[in-house]
Amino acid sequence: MSEYPQQPGKLIKWFDPRHRSLGSWAFILNRVTGLGLTLYLFLHLIMLGQLAKGPDAYDGFIALVKNPVFLVGELLVIAAALIHGLNGIRVGLTSFGIGNSKQKQLFIILMSLAAVAIIYFAFRMFAH
Amino acid sequence: MVDLWHVTFEVFRQKDNQKSHFNFFELDINPDEYVLDGIERIWAFTDRTLVFSHACHHSTCGACGMLVNGVEKLTCITSIRDVTRDGGKIRIEPLRNFPIISDLSVDMSSLYSRMEAVGHQPILPIQEEDSKGKVKSEGDLLRLADCIECGLCISACPIALTTSNYIGPAVLAGAQQHGELTPCILELVNSENGAWRCHSAYECTEVCPSNVDPAWRIMELRRKIIANRFSSFFTRK
Ligand code: SF4
Ligand code: FES
Repeated sequence: MSEYPQQPGKLIKWFDPRHRSLGSWAFILNRVTGLGLTLYLFLHLIMLGQLAKGPDAYDGFIALVKNPVFLVGELLVIAAALIHGLNGIRVGLTSFGIGNSKQKQLFIILMSLAAVAIIYFAFRMFAH
Repeated sequence: MVDLWHVTFEVFRQKDNQKSHFNFFELDINPDEYVLDGIERIWAFTDRTLVFSHACHHSTCGACGMLVNGVEKLTCITSIRDVTRDGGKIRIEPLRNFPIISDLSVDMSSLYSRMEAVGHQPILPIQEEDSKGKVKSEGDLLRLADCIECGLCISACPIALTTSNYIGPAVLAGAQQHGELTPCILELVNSENGAWRCHSAYECTEVCPSNVDPAWRIMELRRKIIANRFSSFFTRK
């Protein structure tokens, strides 16, 4: 069947939500947060690698990540994990026929939960 | 006497893989006419080189699908009034995720051959009513299947946008509707480019002009595939 290929769109269009419905927002958010979390995993492993370089190198690194820019980065990781995880619940449920006709409402409820949790974590992190 | 609307049609043009561009056509048109009527008028009176596809004019052949202001529509049943206003514009583009033959016409052979591969029946006996399990017995009468193979769902699907190998919502819905999961159909749908590639964006159901609800059928197909795998695991000799 590959003799009649469909024509996939350019990469940038994957992230273009114009004229699309809520489901595309869910898809785009899941892609962006998935890519972000994968990138974070690599950074995290590099950070753990600092442990092997002795206490001084590790302490220096910890001092660096206490910088507000890094705190914002950490908050982004928490936000990505919440959005990806909660939307994952929607995908998992609907994939097995649960809540198909209510998938939009499910998305709105789960993303509202994510927003509340993100605000809570932001408050906790920046209040001190 | 109907008041005519002044509407600008922004029409996508592309020939032989050349760079694409838009042409602008000004029309005074009855807003209760359909977008396809406007396109035909442009072709008839202004530009005979404009290429587009259509046949039945009543949402049965599935040939006239296009993007109207960025959204997949059957242009033969989309009224001008519903997509613009007096003095407004209508942007017409070909469906996404299919190769462009010329201007607004795309090559949907991939869809047709895949539909055939999953055994989609375009005509069904009425007793095999395929809208979500309603079974009626009406003697020997036949009906057209709900899916008119218009390709709107594939154009709207963000997964089809990322890979040409994904067989797409209409085909998966066709496999679900076919009923029996023969080994050939199972191989096609129980694969990384089959039912498991759907990421629940539901754009297919959003744009489908017929009574198919492809997203629901994809999820139903998954259930069938799992049931099939389970039973074949336990009946294996
Ligand atoms: S499932 Fe709906 S949108 Fe897709 S090809 Fe069939 S009729 Fe068109
Ligand atoms: S012309 Fe046949 S569906 Fe529109």
